[in-house]
Amino acid sequence: MSERLQFSDETLATAKRIIARYPEGKQKSALIPLLHLAQAEFDGWLSPAAMDCVSELLQIQRIEAYEVASFYSMFNLKPVGKCVLEVCRTSSCWLLGAEDIVRHIEKKLHIKDGETTSDGMFTLKTVECLGSCGTAPMLQCGADFYENLTLEKVDTLLEKMKEDGSRRTYTRDQMIKL
Amino acid sequence: MGKKLLLEHDNVPGINTLSVYRQKGGYTALEKALKTMTPEAIVEEVKTSGLRGRGGAGFPTGMKWSFLAKPEGVPRYLVCNADESEPGTFKDRYLMERIPHALIEGMIVSSFALGAKTSYIYIRGEYFYVARILEAAIAEAYEAGLLGKNILNSGFDHDCYVQVGAGAYICGEETALLESLEGKRGNPRIKPPFPAVAGLYGCPTVVNNVETIAAVVPIVNMTGAEYAKIGIGRSTGTKLISASGHINKPGVYEIEMNITVEDFIFSDEYCGGIRNGKQFKALVAGGSSVPILPAALALTTAAGEKRMMTYESLADGGFATGTMLGSGGFIVMDEDTSIVKNLYTFTRFYHHESCGQCSPCREGTGWMEKLLHKILDGHGTLADVDLLWEIQGKIEGKTICPLGDAAAWPVASAIRHFRKEFEDHVNRPSSIKDVKHYYRLNNLAEA
Repeated sequence: MSERLQFSDETLATAKRIIARYPEGKQKSALIPLLHLAQAEFDGWLSPAAMDCVSELLQIQRIEAYEVASFYSMFNLKPVGKCVLEVCRTSSCWLLGAEDIVRHIEKKLHIKDGETTSDGMFTLKTVECLGSCGTAPMLQCGADFYENLTLEKVDTLLEKMKEDGSRRTYTRDQMIKL
Repeated sequence: MGKKLLLEHDNVPGINTLSVYRQKGGYTALEKALKTMTPEAIVEEVKTSGLRGRGGAGFPTGMKWSFLAKPEGVPRYLVCNADESEPGTFKDRYLMERIPHALIEGMIVSSFALGAKTSYIYIRGEYFYVARILEAAIAEAYEAGLLGKNILNSGFDHDCYVQVGAGAYICGEETALLESLEGKRGNPRIKPPFPAVAGLYGCPTVVNNVETIAAVVPIVNMTGAEYAKIGIGRSTGTKLISASGHINKPGVYEIEMNITVEDFIFSDEYCGGIRNGKQFKALVAGGSSVPILPAALALTTAAGEKRMMTYESLADGGFATGTMLGSGGFIVMDEDTSIVKNLYTFTRFYHHESCGQCSPCREGTGWMEKLLHKILDGHGTLADVDLLWEIQGKIEGKTICPLGDAAAWPVASAIRHFRKEFEDHVNRPSSIKDVKHYYRLNNLAEA
């Protein structure tokens, strides 16, 4: 039996507001939004305990949360760094130099795609089209889009993120001005 | 300058707020609809307008609406597909981010026409910040009595909610979207029944793209007949095009569907030509799924006519020499681009995004990715190129949803139009190690 996790009062109130959007008996519709809340609250990833916290709230089977969490690419099923750098690599971004951005980050942080730095600050993750093709190349970190990237911009971004030191999540804007 | 119906005010400061949106004529369509029109009359206007689904399929919206079943005592739903994930497409994001009320107004008017008391906007999870912009707009609309009970004293009640996804291209397929909205994995459903009969929670549901729903607003304002006068033939109205790649001015453009592809790429009003003075090599006209065309066929049809930015003209010649308008994800490639490498990024995308339900797509996309990787890495054979061709043919038309077709078409068209490039990768492996751009391959070969 793993440890039990519980939402803070504030998150619980948000979760209840979300559940109320759906008709009586259809509370399972809130599963994806609640998994996002859980990921933001419990260190940026969904441990079995974090997912169980959600399924208990929605009164669904645990497996229903696991099977959904494992389907969608935004859910991390393993621990990640405080800043997950999601670099788009599909067509338009590739045409305009996404590979250079990835190589630069790999060199600078001494990690490969999918890995986390030893200080737990950064995870590098290549992702598929994020709908930012007109402002390619780009990366997303938490909720924020960093667009029209150059290697210099990436350097500045990484420095500022390190300085700031906070965890970046999809549910909060923490945009850094470049 | 073409007429703009959706993005006329996209650069007005504060247009994301209700007050500025109303100053610019916002919510007049809602007033007109609720106070002077019946739901049936709105459906008729949309039919007359000739509006076609802007998400990619181009199905007539009015007809889709008229299929909606209306059994007594069963709720009906309108669901907005804002899961914009087709590579090369970012128009919906732009519209929602800049003018969120255009979508909200369209949602309320369309819901009134369809008799839906509840609607959901399903937006891809990566657009979290856009979801917040929409939620702020919805809160403003509730505050002003434009949402909620008895809207504008019409007796019509409506609630609209935003639901975020979590990263899955397949959820742009309407039945996968509904599954996801119900809190499940995004596996497309077998049709029939269509959502119009059994959609969200088994109830009659209409699923429309963001741009489609927003277009209902000008149609109600100007009448369907006036809307239909814009454009050519069955391509009526305006279309948002997401332009990206090797062009001078990437971005979202609203065009009347009556300009040529050549004008769109080269005129300063739109893309402003190919950047760095390079030559135009190839075009993906409607998002990654549609067939890629070499420059000559992109600009001129096989019959020798100028290619227009319309559903019909882009499709002229079928898949042998034509393509599709699709979602309007317009990716332009210059002379240095390796078509094989670009195709590899597409195929890797489809492999990543296949839901895994149908074996031709689940296995086939992976095989195609591996073959392309092998060819790019210099270990390919000519038989591999033929095998690629064979695999794509065994995916197309053999899956529950169109993702299989979408994965097959780019492969088929790249081989059809650029076979020599594939053969060069096979025949001269030593010279293409780590080659990023095709021109280097040519230079190396001559040296």
